[in-house]
Amino acid sequence: MTPASHASQAAPAAPPPRPIVQVERIGKVYPGGVEALSDLSLDFPEGQLTTLLGPSGCGKTTLLKIIAGLIEPTRGQVLVDGQPVSGPGPERAFVFQDFALLPWASVLRNVAFGLELRGLAKGEREAIAEQQIQEVGLKGFEQHFPHQLSGGMRQRVGLARALAVDAKVLLMDEPFSAVDEQTRRKFQEDLLALVAHQKKTFLFVTHSIEEAVYVSDRIVLLSRRPSQVTRIIEPAVPRGGDPDAIRRHASYLDTVETIWRGLKHYVD
Amino acid sequence: MQIGRFRVPMMASLLIWALLWEIVGRLGLTILLPPLSAIAGRMAEIVPTPTFLAAAWITLQAFLAGNLIAIALGVPLGVLMGRSVIADRMLLPWVNLFLSAPLTALVPVIMILFGYGQTTIILTVVMFALWIIVLDARAGVRNIAPSLIEMARVYGATPLQAFLKIHLLAALPEILAGIRLGAIRAVKGVIIGQLLVSIVGFGRLFELYSSNFLMEHFWALILVLFAVAFALAEGLGYLERRVEYYAAARH
Ligand SMILES: Nc1ncnc2c1ncn2[C@@H]1O[C@H](COP(=O)(O)OP(=O)(O)OP(=O)(O)O)[C@@H](O)[C@H]1O
Ligand SMILES: [Mg+2]
Repeated sequence: MTPASHASQAAPAAPPPRPIVQVERIGKVYPGGVEALSDLSLDFPEGQLTTLLGPSGCGKTTLLKIIAGLIEPTRGQVLVDGQPVSGPGPERAFVFQDFALLPWASVLRNVAFGLELRGLAKGEREAIAEQQIQEVGLKGFEQHFPHQLSGGMRQRVGLARALAVDAKVLLMDEPFSAVDEQTRRKFQEDLLALVAHQKKTFLFVTHSIEEAVYVSDRIVLLSRRPSQVTRIIEPAVPRGGDPDAIRRHASYLDTVETIWRGLKHYVD
Repeated sequence: MQIGRFRVPMMASLLIWALLWEIVGRLGLTILLPPLSAIAGRMAEIVPTPTFLAAAWITLQAFLAGNLIAIALGVPLGVLMGRSVIADRMLLPWVNLFLSAPLTALVPVIMILFGYGQTTIILTVVMFALWIIVLDARAGVRNIAPSLIEMARVYGATPLQAFLKIHLLAALPEILAGIRLGAIRAVKGVIIGQLLVSIVGFGRLFELYSSNFLMEHFWALILVLFAVAFALAEGLGYLERRVEYYAAARH
């Protein structure tokens, strides 16, 4: 996490990374007639964290679930790694807003659950799980149960489970909305570190403009339902170094302001 | 204040009622209500007798067999109804009908079909216990957080894996509640079945005592059955509370 390496990554001269997730002219009409998405096309570059930001009910969750293969689009298709999506797949993992942990299973079993479903031997999957538990900073809590953990720790379990299956694409639907502000900031820094040294692509949904600007390589602004891309912003925020300094940095504040002005008219 | 699992006020109020019963019984107002102390003495006398123990044993057998059948049928049926809209539409009206129906009226029909014996009593138990087990298992499956189901799908669970590793366990609090309520209904079922068949177990004893106006025996038997039914309900409730944190963590 040196500032220099980040600066060079963010430099416009670097060749653009290939899109690993391609959303092609997706439309979604829910039974009952709610049109959540209409003719939406969007690429997600590999190895970056892209945030979806938009007014409540604009279809962010819908889009994420279509990419996950949990919901069928009414029109259009999603390509992951060039392959059309027809359901959930091992190259995609999901981090849930409400954690979606098994309350009757230990942290270790929860983290290993994706591998358990794939039929990996117990010793093998627990070795991988232990490694990921350490990665998210929960070492020592392997035998705890979800109800013994704080909200923030539970979400770390959800994150470790997603990392354990070694998917290329991590889909995160408001993963930090159920934790308090301090925990959330710690999470945001850990997430930046993860993006920096895991070669994974992160698709992130949040309601917080500040959070989006702080963690994202790219921010996709969505319009009101039926949702379309209104703007794509690449925040030129310096990475590494003192988080508080970053949050006072001019380019950070400018980007927050720009997005706020772009979204403000939805509030009225 | 707490003594064991019972709060003192409850014990105190029980004592007051027991005292009242004793007084009314000693006044000799009616032959139908002997003093409580005499009943207690009679209880100590008849409980160890072979007749009583044989009746208890055959009652226990019918109760357990009926419950096991009701659980084995009810839980999968309830899970199926919770997951499949079609199965739910087909079966829910019947389940609701039987849940509220005066089932005692059906016992004579079972009697005609299966004779005056243990089979009829077991089937009566099943009929009393089954429906609440089905409904609670169904409610349990419908209460599972949608994200848990989505999680299983995202991480590649097969339908069988989802059933065994998610549905069954996530619905466990409701399934256990259903089994507890089913067991309480099953107590009614086994006694009603025995009373109507009246030649098996406690049914035969009740018949014997009441036709000979042995009111002390009669009350002793009733108190034993009430105590057993109460202890059973409390015991199952205790077991259920031990898994309650599941429920809290699901929503
Ligand atoms: N299962 C469903 N059936 C019908 N309509 C739905 C369903 N799920 C979502 N919708 C509707 O589709 C629209 C988009 O919902 P979605 O949850 O994708 O929005 P969102 O951007 O994630 O909102 P939020 O920011 O509040 O999480 C909303 O109007 C919602 O009411
Ligand atoms: Mg949402």
